[in-house]
Amino acid sequence: MPFQPVKFYQTGTYTVGNRLLGQDERSEQANPQRSNSINSGHRACQGCGEALGARYAIDAAMAESNGQLIAVNATGCLEVFSTPYPESSWQVPWIHSLFGNAPAVATGVAAAMKVKGRSDVRVVAQGGDGGTTDIGFGCLSGMFERNDDVLYICYDNEAYMNTGVQRSSATPPAARTATTMPVGPEPGNVFGQGKNLPEIAMAHGIPYVATATVADLRDLEYKVRKAMKMHGARYIQIFVPCPLGFGTASHDTIRIARLAKESGMFPVFEAEHGEVTGVLKIRHKVGIEEYLSPQKRFAHLFGKHAHPETVARMQAIADRNIRKYGLLDEEGN
Amino acid sequence: MLKQTEGSKAVAEAIALCRPEVICAYPISPQTHIVEALGEMVKAGELAPCEFINVESEFAAMSVAIGSSAAGARSYTATASQGLLFMVEAVYNASGLGLPIVMTVANRAIGAPINIWNDHSDSLSQRDSGWMQLFAETNQEAVDLHIQAFRLAEELSMPIMVCMDGFILTHAFERVDIPSQEQVDAYLPPFDPRQVLDPAEPISIGAMVGPEAFMEVKYLAHAKQMQALELIPQLAAEFKQVFGRESGGLVRTYRAEDAETMIVAMGSVLGTIKDTVDDMREQGHKIGVLGITSYRPFPLAQVREALVDCKRFLVLEKSLAVGMGGILATDVRMAVRGTGLKGFTVIAGLGGRPIPKASLQKIFLEAEEESLEPVTFLDLDWDAVNKQLERERQNRHSGPIAENILHDKGMSSAAKFG
Repeated sequence: MPFQPVKFYQTGTYTVGNRLLGQDERSEQANPQRSNSINSGHRACQGCGEALGARYAIDAAMAESNGQLIAVNATGCLEVFSTPYPESSWQVPWIHSLFGNAPAVATGVAAAMKVKGRSDVRVVAQGGDGGTTDIGFGCLSGMFERNDDVLYICYDNEAYMNTGVQRSSATPPAARTATTMPVGPEPGNVFGQGKNLPEIAMAHGIPYVATATVADLRDLEYKVRKAMKMHGARYIQIFVPCPLGFGTASHDTIRIARLAKESGMFPVFEAEHGEVTGVLKIRHKVGIEEYLSPQKRFAHLFGKHAHPETVARMQAIADRNIRKYGLLDEEGN
Repeated sequence: MLKQTEGSKAVAEAIALCRPEVICAYPISPQTHIVEALGEMVKAGELAPCEFINVESEFAAMSVAIGSSAAGARSYTATASQGLLFMVEAVYNASGLGLPIVMTVANRAIGAPINIWNDHSDSLSQRDSGWMQLFAETNQEAVDLHIQAFRLAEELSMPIMVCMDGFILTHAFERVDIPSQEQVDAYLPPFDPRQVLDPAEPISIGAMVGPEAFMEVKYLAHAKQMQALELIPQLAAEFKQVFGRESGGLVRTYRAEDAETMIVAMGSVLGTIKDTVDDMREQGHKIGVLGITSYRPFPLAQVREALVDCKRFLVLEKSLAVGMGGILATDVRMAVRGTGLKGFTVIAGLGGRPIPKASLQKIFLEAEEESLEPVTFLDLDWDAVNKQLERERQNRHSGPIAENILHDKGMSSAAKFG
C-alpha cells in the first residue's frame, strides 16, 4: 500500500468534519443509508465538479423525497459519463431523451405522477449550462411559466465540455474555448450582455431559485433540500469547475469554485418568488486575478502579452455582482 | 351514437373515450380544434383523470409526451405541418425509446411558401422516423383508427401517427358514429407499459448505446413494424366484432375485380377517386382502386397482391420527393418489382390544390392509354411555370418565386392595384 496521509480537515476550508457535528446536522454523504444515486464506476474525469455536484444534489433530493424520486437528464457530460453502455450509475429511475428537452420531459413525468395520484413521487431534471441556457432554454422557460412541479438543476461549467469545450451563453468574457480562441486583438470570448439564468428564472416569479458551488457542499445540500420541500418550478444553478475545460488541475476543482465565489464572479444566493432572500457572503475577498490566473482558459490575459485592461473589465463584473447582491458584509472585508 | 359533427370534434370524442392521461397541446392549423375540444372536456371534468398541458412549442409537446409515456401514462398529442417538423428530434426519440404515444397529424403542406392547406408532405417527411402511420379516408375512419391506434401502439410499445387530411376531414361536418364508452373499454384495456419510470424499480431509459448494440435496437424497431403488419388486420377484425363495422386494416380495394388499370392513393382523395371510377366503370372502363391505410409499416405483400393482376397502375399522391418524383409511388413500385407492370406517378393536390373529378378522369384515361408521362403534376399551370423560368433566364435578380407567380396570376396586391 502506498503511503496516504489522513487529513481530518481540508486546509483552507471552513468545513467542519462530520464527526464533530450532531447526527441531524451531518451531510447526507455521511449517512451510511444514503441512496448513492450516482454509483461509483462512472466515467467522469478526475476532479469533475459536475459529478461531485450531482452526487450531493441527487442524494440530498432522494433523502428529502424519501427515496421517491425520478430523474430526467439532458444530453451532456453527466448523461454520457453516467451511462456508458451497457452500464448505468443511476440508482434512481432515470431517463435521458434529448439535449434540449429535459425540462419538458420532466413536466411529462410530473404530469404522469399527478394523474396517477402519486403525489409522493418528486421529479428532478438536470443538465449542463449548454443544455440549460442555450438549447433547452425554451423548454425551461415554458416549464417555469407553467410552474410545473419540477426541480431543475443546472450544472454550470461555463461551456460545452462534452463536445470538446465550445462556448455557450454561460461562458464568461475573455475565456478561451474551442470556438473562442485566444487569438487576434481581443482574444477569447467576447464581452457580451451575458445571460444570467438565475435572474431570468427569478423573472418568471417561480417559488425558488438558488445558486451554489461545489466549494460549499453543505450549502448545496441545504438548497436542494429546501427546494424539495417546495412545490412548483424550482431552479438551482451549481457552479462546477471542469478541469478539462478550465485548464485547471484536477485537485483544484474545489479551490477554483471557492475563488469564483470569493472573488464575486459567481454570486451565491437564493430567491423566492422573484426576490432575493439570502446571499452567501464573501468571507475573504480575493481579486479577480487570483481566480483567473490558475485557469489556462484565461492564461492569455497574463504573462508576456498580458491584457490588464481585460482583467480590469473582469474585475468590474465581479465588483458589480458584489454591489448588486451585497456579497460583502458591512465591514467590507 | 350517430352524430352530425366536425371531424376534429369527432376525433376529440374518440380520444376522450380512449381515456388518455396526459394530453399536450400546442396550436397549429388544422389540428387545433381537436386539442381545443379535449381541453374543454378536461377543464369541465368530463375527461378525468387527465392532465391537459398547454406547452410552449411542438418540440415541448412531444417531449412532455415522452416523459409522461415513460412514466406510464397514456399520452396523446396532435400536430401538423411545421409543427411536426419542429418536433422532429423528439419524434425520432419517442420511437427510439419505444414509447407508445398516439399523435394525430392533420396533414398540411410544408412551407416555404407558407401554406395552411392539405397535402401529405408533413407526415411523409417522417416516413423513416420509426413511427407507424395510418391514413384515414373518412372522418368515421379517423375516429376508428384512433381507437385502434392506442391498442396497436401499446401492444408493440411503439408510437403511431393517425393521419387525417387537414380541413378536408378535420373541418368537415358529416355523419359519424361515435362509439360508446363500454365498447371502447371492451376493446382497449388500460395502458400496461413495457417499461416505466418507477422509484420502486429504478431503471435507466435512454442511455447511450454504441456500435455494440445500436444495429440490434434499430432492427428491433423494424421487426416491430413487421409485427404490426400481422397485428393491424387482427385489430381491425377485432374492431369489427366489437363495433360492428369495417375500419382500418392495411389496404382496401374498390371495384378491383378484373381491373386493368388500378389507382393507388391514401386519405380522403380516395372518395373522389372512387366516384370517378364509378363513372368510368359505367362507361365500361376496367378500372379499380387500391387505398392504402397503413403507410408505415408499408404492406408490400398486400399491395403486390392487389396490383399483380392489373395491367398498369397510377399512384396519385399528395406529396413530392423534390428531385425524384413520388414518395408513395416509390414504395408501390417496390411492391410490384419484377412484375413488369407499367406504373405512373401523379403528384396532385399540393398545398390544398383541388383535385376535381374531371381532372382525375382525364388523367385516368391517359393512364389507360399509357400516354401519361412517368411523373405528372395534376392541373399544373404551365404558363405560370414557364413565365417564371423565362424570367429567371432573362434576369439574374428575378426576385422571390412565389411572389412572382402570384403577380403573374394577378393575385398579388401589386398586380391588383399597382
